[in-house]
Amino acid sequence: MIQIKNLSKVFKTPNGSFTALKDINLHIPKGSVYGIIGLSGAGKSTLIRCINMLERPTKGEVILNGQNMTLLTGKELRQARQNIGMIFQHFNLLESRTVADNIAFPLEIAQWPKKKIAARVQELLPLVGLEQKADAYPAQLSGGQKQRVGIARALATNPAVLLCDEATSALDPQTTVSILELLKEINEKFNLTIVIITHEMKVIKEICTDVAVIDQAQIVEKGSLESVFLSPKSNIAKEFVASVFPNKLPPQLLRELAQHPGSQIVNVNFLGSAASEPIISGLIRECGITVNILYGSIDRLRSTLFGVLTLELQGSPENLAEAHRYLAQKNLAVEVIHNGY
Amino acid sequence: MDTNLVAMFSDPAYWESLARIIPKALNETIYMVIFSTFLAYVLGIPMGVFLVITSAGHILPNPWVERTLGTVINIFRSIPFIILMVALIPFTTMIVGTSIGTTAAIVPLVVSAAPFVARLVESSLREVSPGVIEAALSMGASPWQIIYKVLLPEAKSSLILGVAITTINIIAYTAMAGAVGGGGLGDVAIQYGYNRYRTDMMIITVLILVVIVQVIQWLGTTLAQKFSHR
Ligand SMILES: Nc1ncnc2c1ncn2[C@@H]1O[C@H](COP(=O)(O)OP(=O)(O)O)[C@@H](O)[C@H]1O
Ligand SMILES: [Mg+2]
Repeated sequence: MIQIKNLSKVFKTPNGSFTALKDINLHIPKGSVYGIIGLSGAGKSTLIRCINMLERPTKGEVILNGQNMTLLTGKELRQARQNIGMIFQHFNLLESRTVADNIAFPLEIAQWPKKKIAARVQELLPLVGLEQKADAYPAQLSGGQKQRVGIARALATNPAVLLCDEATSALDPQTTVSILELLKEINEKFNLTIVIITHEMKVIKEICTDVAVIDQAQIVEKGSLESVFLSPKSNIAKEFVASVFPNKLPPQLLRELAQHPGSQIVNVNFLGSAASEPIISGLIRECGITVNILYGSIDRLRSTLFGVLTLELQGSPENLAEAHRYLAQKNLAVEVIHNGY
Repeated sequence: MDTNLVAMFSDPAYWESLARIIPKALNETIYMVIFSTFLAYVLGIPMGVFLVITSAGHILPNPWVERTLGTVINIFRSIPFIILMVALIPFTTMIVGTSIGTTAAIVPLVVSAAPFVARLVESSLREVSPGVIEAALSMGASPWQIIYKVLLPEAKSSLILGVAITTINIIAYTAMAGAVGGGGLGDVAIQYGYNRYRTDMMIITVLILVVIVQVIQWLGTTLAQKFSHR
């Protein structure tokens, strides 16, 4: 669907050049909800704006539906953009237009006939739950309602892709969830490819199928949602996972535990059906070790279950090795955070 | 004094002279103001739009156009109206055929108001949030579509306030134009009120001007509020 190849972006500023994106390679499959997460200033907005050429890449290319966006200019580019919806952190609605007229706006741009525009607007209003607000002005709407208008407007021309730049960052947690649910519903209903830029792992966790982590202009990690949550490799990805599954033990507790001879502290991440298996009794019974549960949590990753457990394992080196074999055999991701040996 | 006034007001000839002078002058003022304001906007809107869209980071950045246009506008705005009026006499004669009279007065009024309008339009259009323009770009809007579907409608309320300011400014200038043969209420004030010591004429013309200005400002504010959906 979208191929980003060796993409770089260098900004020329009065005090020299600034590399905002460095050699980005991404493949965004059709029908996926692709999350790109990074801290503020990492280059996320620049990256998503390079997809529809609001920002011209300095190097590399963006292929969307087989079309090389990098080569397009003028009318061709404008036509290609009509096939790419975009929503924004601050909604960017036209204040002088009603909800219905805001949704009609991209269709006027695409020069649809009036009758078709009116019919399409009537289809979109219920899709985003705003039938009652057709004649309201943006200033009369809540943040969540404004973003719903933004979504309806972005979907009006039946685009192949929806780009979301921090679409929920200006919303309260409850509204965020309802907007994410709407996006997920649209993704499933129309098999629409969605690219989401965010600094919140919570957003990724709710709806993404794939994740890329961007840090200081570079993609440091990418993969399926499950793989990144199950075994994050980069430090920044680990921090992001920990932000929604906080499994950091208090330092005081860690110091105390470190005194235990022959004990190991491990994080075990588990997914889907593994969540329902009795691994603790298994460890005790089959590996002959003692298990002390320090922390545990279970939640949903898009639609599969995901859990984290922090355990203290005590036993002989052989038994501990046996325990690791046991966990590996159950396909559980294990990370040793303290080793008493 | 009192008896003089009573005598004056009870004399039908006095009212006849007023009826002969004031409505004609009022018509001339309205004619000059409407045409000058309209033409100043015909010239000023495109200039204001160009100032905005050619600026850095906007939809058609072009530093050369922005700077040249800006400089020309500044030059015209720095010439005092009275000098402009005299300097434009040959130009006015070329266009209107004469340099005296109400129609001739419109030429210097437009030339002096258009650059002012350009700056007013510029400042109104700059209030339109860059995010909205970016959203329109992301939908594939052309520069022309952005101008007439985003910039102008989104700035409508602020533009209307600008029209009120311009109209009121032009009214003040028509009084000056009147002084040098343009006709209108300003002319009456000078001819009768100043030259012939007719204080009553002075007061009447000023009162009429005050009422017109009040009405225009009220209209501007009311319409601007009606079109503002913030
Ligand atoms: N037009 C620009 N000119 C210069 N630097 C820019 C420009 N746009 C963005 N940057 C810089 O690029 C970096 C990445 O910006 P951005 O993509 O907006 O980050 P994010 O969306 O991840 O917070 C920031 O350091 C920002 O200052
Ligand atoms: Mg950003």
